[in-house]
Amino acid sequence: MISTTRKNYYLQGVVASSPFILVVVPFAALFGVLATEAGLDLVETMAFSIVVIAGAAQFTALQLLQENAPTAIVLLSALAVNLRMAMYSASLTPYIGAAPLWQRAICAYLTIDQTYVVGVSRYEAEPQMTVPQRIAFFFGAVTPIVPLWYIFTLIGAIAGARVPDSWALDFAIPIAFLAMIAPMFRTPAHLVAALVAVAVSLPAAMLPYSLGLIVAGIAGMMAGAQTELWLARRGEVA
Amino acid sequence: MTEIETGTLWTVIILLGIGSFGLRFVFTGLVGDRAMPPWLLRHLRYTAVAILPALVAPQVVWPVATDGVFDVPRAAAAVVTLAIGLVTRNVILSILCGAGTLYGLLFVMA
Repeated sequence: MISTTRKNYYLQGVVASSPFILVVVPFAALFGVLATEAGLDLVETMAFSIVVIAGAAQFTALQLLQENAPTAIVLLSALAVNLRMAMYSASLTPYIGAAPLWQRAICAYLTIDQTYVVGVSRYEAEPQMTVPQRIAFFFGAVTPIVPLWYIFTLIGAIAGARVPDSWALDFAIPIAFLAMIAPMFRTPAHLVAALVAVAVSLPAAMLPYSLGLIVAGIAGMMAGAQTELWLARRGEVA
Repeated sequence: MTEIETGTLWTVIILLGIGSFGLRFVFTGLVGDRAMPPWLLRHLRYTAVAILPALVAPQVVWPVATDGVFDVPRAAAAVVTLAIGLVTRNVILSILCGAGTLYGLLFVMA
């Protein structure tokens, strides 16, 4: 019985994340193309995608490597772009923190924007899920995404520089993220969090080393939390 | 642009891999099922809706592909994607409408 419900949740995870195939395929291929253009061979390009498995951070590191930035700056900048992963990790902890360590370690490796969003929005929508069901759902969400991340990095690397700029693949990422977050605006607090984050992110983009993202993200989270408290207080009074 | 030195490249790949895993593991792995304070949980609820828009907004206003110059097709595609997403709550439909807007306007304005 338990195994059938786990399988069920696994399949639901596969279904929930499958729209993001449309995102991961061009994104991975684009990394393969750009890495090859930067002079990386197949092994180096694949190692990048398998070891780091974080698109935005990989693009950041690749860009700075090409500019001959000092290694420490390359690492700090790419990790700053990836700091949101620590926030994702914190946000997943109440849901899967009770799982065995090895499962948590695998989930950590497989935490990317898409799998995090798919996972956490389901956990929020269905609080009565058990921890094994959550893990099964998460592994399901990973299944259509991560293998394609590897495969299309490879295809992009082989295709090399033959992808024309007119395909505008650069904008696959913003469109994907916007489509992902739209269904998450369930309360006024979510909306306030997003609006404040956007408002702060534009001036903060001038900060060095991608720190603007972190500053804007924290500002948005604080705004969301304060709005939630304010709404709760108003609800108690009314 | 100059050639990337192999030693530097592998240093970055390996250290960035370790660092990225560390960031992903820091809470799920080390905090585990210990209770976290309510104020922290209250902030964490807004992680995704704060970080992702903050990641996207500068790219919409100053796209890398146009060297940071505001671009009508990209901005319009962003607005359409978000609007369709808010109205329909359908991720795949939003992506298709956003991509359609981007390619349509890039074609018309070319």
